[in-house]
Amino acid sequence: MGIRNGSFVDFLLIALILGNLLLLGSSRLMSYIRICAAQGLLVSALTFILHRGEVSARIVVLVVGSAVLKAGLFPWLLIRAVRVAYIKKEIEPIVGYSASLIFGVLILALSLWLSARLPIHGKAAASFVPTAAFFTIFTGCFLIVSRTKAITQVISYLVLENGIYLFGLPFVGEAALLIELGVFLDLTVGVAVMGIIIYHISREFDSLDVKHLSTLKDWGS
Amino acid sequence: MPLFLASIFAFIAAGILSALPRKRPRAAGLAGAGGAVLGSLLGIASAVKTLASGAGETLHLSWTIPYAAVSFQLEPLSSFFLLLVFAVGLVTAIYGQGYLRHHHPGGAAHTWLFFNIMVASIAVVFAAGNAILFLMAWEIMALSSFFLVILEGEKESTRRAGLIYLVVTQAGTALLLVFFILLGNHAGSFDFSRLASAASLPMPLANALFILALVGFGSKAGFVPLHVWLPEAHPAAPSHVSALMSGIMIKTGIYGLFRALTFLGPPPSWWGWALIAVGFVTSCWAILFASAQRDLKRLLAYSSVENIGIIALALGVALFGESAGLPVLTMLGATAALFHVLNHAAYKTLLFLGAGGVSIAAGTLDLDRLGGLLKKAPWLGAGFLVGALAICGLPPLNGLASEFLLYLGALRAGISQHGFVQQAPLGLAIGSLAICGGLAIASFSKAFGIVFLGTCRGNGSEHWHAPGLAIQAPVVVLGFVCVALGLLAPFVASGIASIVQTHGPFKGALAAFDPAPSLRPLFWLAGANAGALIAIALAVWLRRALLRGRNPGRAPTWDCGYSSPTPRMQYSSSSLVQPIAWLFGAFLRPREKDPQVVGYFPHHAEHATETPDFFLERVFSRVFTSVDGVLSRLRRFQHGRLQAYVFYILVTLVALLLWHLEVVR
Repeated sequence: MGIRNGSFVDFLLIALILGNLLLLGSSRLMSYIRICAAQGLLVSALTFILHRGEVSARIVVLVVGSAVLKAGLFPWLLIRAVRVAYIKKEIEPIVGYSASLIFGVLILALSLWLSARLPIHGKAAASFVPTAAFFTIFTGCFLIVSRTKAITQVISYLVLENGIYLFGLPFVGEAALLIELGVFLDLTVGVAVMGIIIYHISREFDSLDVKHLSTLKDWGS
Repeated sequence: MPLFLASIFAFIAAGILSALPRKRPRAAGLAGAGGAVLGSLLGIASAVKTLASGAGETLHLSWTIPYAAVSFQLEPLSSFFLLLVFAVGLVTAIYGQGYLRHHHPGGAAHTWLFFNIMVASIAVVFAAGNAILFLMAWEIMALSSFFLVILEGEKESTRRAGLIYLVVTQAGTALLLVFFILLGNHAGSFDFSRLASAASLPMPLANALFILALVGFGSKAGFVPLHVWLPEAHPAAPSHVSALMSGIMIKTGIYGLFRALTFLGPPPSWWGWALIAVGFVTSCWAILFASAQRDLKRLLAYSSVENIGIIALALGVALFGESAGLPVLTMLGATAALFHVLNHAAYKTLLFLGAGGVSIAAGTLDLDRLGGLLKKAPWLGAGFLVGALAICGLPPLNGLASEFLLYLGALRAGISQHGFVQQAPLGLAIGSLAICGGLAIASFSKAFGIVFLGTCRGNGSEHWHAPGLAIQAPVVVLGFVCVALGLLAPFVASGIASIVQTHGPFKGALAAFDPAPSLRPLFWLAGANAGALIAIALAVWLRRALLRGRNPGRAPTWDCGYSSPTPRMQYSSSSLVQPIAWLFGAFLRPREKDPQVVGYFPHHAEHATETPDFFLERVFSRVFTSVDGVLSRLRRFQHGRLQAYVFYILVTLVALLLWHLEVVR
């Protein structure tokens, strides 16, 4: 076991899980972005803490890179997008906030069950890392499905991505390039945000964009 | 092998290069056509080298894709087809450079990209030595030609043509996938060399595989009733692409059948029966519909189906001979099949390029708006006439040579055999060849006569002009190729016979068979061809000599002594073939709108006929409409809400994960 400060890691993971619940219940776009950035910082910190005993150039680059991307560049881009594209600062959910919270508790239970069933070996087996990762992934997915704005889709994707990154963290030593691929996925977010900024997609997917998407159907509406 | 690889590389590189300068069609044309010409020349050199030496070359490199390998086998059978694809590619590339200046100049980059990919993929289909590579190339060929068909996708009819083509070709590929999986499963490998040398197949499996190959490859070749895409796709595509598709792409189906038969072992007699029956239905049905068409390229497309039917007849006769232990029949049938592939590649390419020339010269392909084009474009007309005579199987041209071989084999074996089961298929082959020959003459009298003779039936003939050198020269050159193939028939046939003997699918008694005596009548045919050509030359010389120093008068065509003839008094395209349409009305089922003529001084009246394809209109569209009715219930899930789509995916993934965990534990 490379994790000596077990309780501190657990503290960070619990903070992450609470962050997810906060996301599910939050109604303001700005707090959404902030929570997401904080989660980015958390997973970057976890990268360092989980691999304290084996600090290498790769770990340092990962920690610094993911922190800069997840907690610096993306929040800055997102906030800029909100300003430039005149996006209204409410979230506009399909599923209400309290229903989302109840659902969040359910998927937390699902994550606990899943991570107990999964045949994971090594460092990750004994920790909460898979549980927190699954919960973050499912939260991201749920937010993508249940929020309507283009920009919330992007932020939710970032949350999902944080989860995937976290899930891969214990395996940094064993699986080459797994984490780097995760960071690479992050760049998609950057591109999506740039899209929002450039094309001024201030409206929701539901009202404008999806209407355009439905005209792509190959049969008459 | 290096020549072949360089050729494929030249095609692909030129295709990509031509797609880069999007705004400059001239540059795209130069890069695309130039690369295609270079690639074709390299490919022709490679094929000729293999055919001359008779020795095969193979290249086998392993690949990361499971069961696949980069495996090419350049043996004589492949090289025969490769020679055709590169020769047709060379001519159509040169022609296309001129053609695209008149038609869709904006689409030049797009066209050249897919044209080059298409030629390269057809070449890989012919050279592939591994089933996975073969299927990949097959699919690339289908898709690249699809994109060429829908070049004018803004037209409703073109989109419809593209859709029909895509459905037929994908259905065929699906069957081929099953075919190769079953075969590969039996042989334990997907390499053609292993498939051919694998332990003999159990009979039920061999029969099932034969049916799969017949339908799968038949959909590409255009066996009736799977021919429905040809009359739609050929008129929609640019002419040089139609020429490439009709001249060579549909022959990949024939090549596929040849290749499949090498894997399937000794044929039972019903395979021969089946192919002869398919050939009979295909050739007679298609040429009948060809005679009823009013669009020149649709007519040519139906005629391609007819020729595919003749090739199927020949292959069926060969299979029948193999199962009956008659090497002379096998030899003559298989040689006739391959020779007809070669001949059809020559004259159908010519005719489609000629049709493109007609559309450039006159701006239309509607037969009822054409007429008298021979006076404006004599070289185009002369070339088209040679192609039309050749495709009817008339002397002194090449079309006769391959049909003659088939007649010869079927008659000779039919006389030596006794009993209905032995004689009937051969009689059927002879009968359908004869019917087709007659109807082909009717169809092409119409095609040539209506377009080139008489006077213009529509308006605006004063703007008609002869198309440029790049359009007419390929047509004329191919006309000379047809003449040459007619004169050299005995030598070409004996070359093809040696390919059949060493690399064909027929293993039986053929190895010890000497083909020379059975091919000897071709020398008489070639001699007669030469005699006929000399007679024609003499007649032309005599006419000139008699007219020298005189001043022949000129009068309108079909003057018939009227005091003031108008172009509307000429035969229209449908009135010319009316007797045939009447005779075969039960099959053709034309839709007629009869005029109501009342009183002594009747008012304006109209008569219209239309002959839609039976299978497309009355079989396939009904089947697909009912399938559509069932499947349309699923459309409530396709409502355009992105969130719901992500939700579907998410639910599926989580369910799969849970299911997996439950099953594994």
